[in-house]
Amino acid sequence: MKPPPFDYLRATSLEEALEFKAQHGEEAKFLAGGQSLIPTMNFRMVQPSILVDLNEIPELDYINLDSEGYLRIGAMTRQCRIEQDPEVERNEPLLHETIPFIAHPQIRNRGTIGGSLVHADPAAELPVIALATQAQLQVKSADGERWISGADFFQGMFMTDLGPEEILVEIKFPPIPERTGWSFMEVSRRSGDYAMMGVAAVVTLEENEICEDARLVYLNAGDGPVDAKEAAKILIGERGSAAVIEAVSEQASQKDIDPFGSIHATMDYQRHLASVLTTRVLKQAFSRASNT
Amino acid sequence: MDGKEMETTKHSIKIKVNGEEHACEIEPRLLLSDFLRHELGLTGTHVGCEHGVCGACTVLMDGVPVRSCLMFAVQAEGHEITTVEGLAESMEELHPIQQAFWDAHGLQCGFCTPGILMTLVPFLEENPDPSEAEIRQAISGNLCRCTGYQNIVEAVKLAAERGLNS
Repeated sequence: MKPPPFDYLRATSLEEALEFKAQHGEEAKFLAGGQSLIPTMNFRMVQPSILVDLNEIPELDYINLDSEGYLRIGAMTRQCRIEQDPEVERNEPLLHETIPFIAHPQIRNRGTIGGSLVHADPAAELPVIALATQAQLQVKSADGERWISGADFFQGMFMTDLGPEEILVEIKFPPIPERTGWSFMEVSRRSGDYAMMGVAAVVTLEENEICEDARLVYLNAGDGPVDAKEAAKILIGERGSAAVIEAVSEQASQKDIDPFGSIHATMDYQRHLASVLTTRVLKQAFSRASNT
Repeated sequence: MDGKEMETTKHSIKIKVNGEEHACEIEPRLLLSDFLRHELGLTGTHVGCEHGVCGACTVLMDGVPVRSCLMFAVQAEGHEITTVEGLAESMEELHPIQQAFWDAHGLQCGFCTPGILMTLVPFLEENPDPSEAEIRQAISGNLCRCTGYQNIVEAVKLAAERGLNS
């Protein structure tokens, strides 16, 4: 339960971090909050020879609302800071609602939004939110930068599109259209445990309560955040009636998701939870959309 | 494993713990929890799961509760660490939260207690009059196998009633 030996480099700027990574390539791993990486190192499941510590880089820790209404969060921003920020609550309420479900308060005091996204645990909440909110991710290397959508970023279990010399620097959330509702729910055996199932829903309504856009994204339902596109399609052009929501729950829980089962919950139980949670989040999302 | 011993450079660092600065030479892989216990002899911080779940290792870094098993000691350079040994003003007088736990029988074996105390100190400073639900939420990241949490909650209520400045 102790990590094997490694070398440690402390970066004091983004430039320095990128230089270290360019020098050492695959041998070096970035250390963000460490709340996922260090346990895996303690278990010796991951054994990087060099760690580049990002925790002393203030330029990656920020929450800004820009002039076009985009909420821009630096990758090293602590989850607890995001949880308490009034701009986040106002402008990205789905993110605000979801953060308290991440592990425990002590974990959120160190864990970062960027670290969670790059770790890409299929049971994590933040990748689901990245997809549900259609956030864009900014990635930099010593040679340049690029933007990528959440959908393209997550490539599989603990795998992302990030290249060996790249670093995630920012997460940009688009402004929310009028008449948009949201909801996030998950079920775990104890408070703070990984959830057996969780889902985020976002719906946008036209004036007459007809849904014109919807997203349903699941955690612990496959090898990454699962975007239930077929289920969400059922909502387009419909009102959030009980019958429609039931059809969506059925499609999502039986067809769109692919949970693996575990010692905590069988596949069938995970599907059952998905069905129940889908109904609940959709009811709440529709209700919130009507009230905006 | 190829059987080769990997030589890594030890780092010379200064870490401030409970107001006192310590200079030491340590491997980067030394966890903060092990540093506190083995290098400094501050065994009040306990090690339970080493993967962030149980909370027995909780200490304060710059006044904020963190899992010392999920930090490397080298990361603490430039920051202030507070452990349970740093709570009481003197050998004669316990910190009000410790006194409340004593009076309300808020511990049995005491293994989880330091982690719970360190979680509670900033919580009570920010929430001097918490509801029971808020208390239970605040300690949701700390596992106790002995008490069933009942007297822990009572101890917190007692501490809140008395105030942290008593």
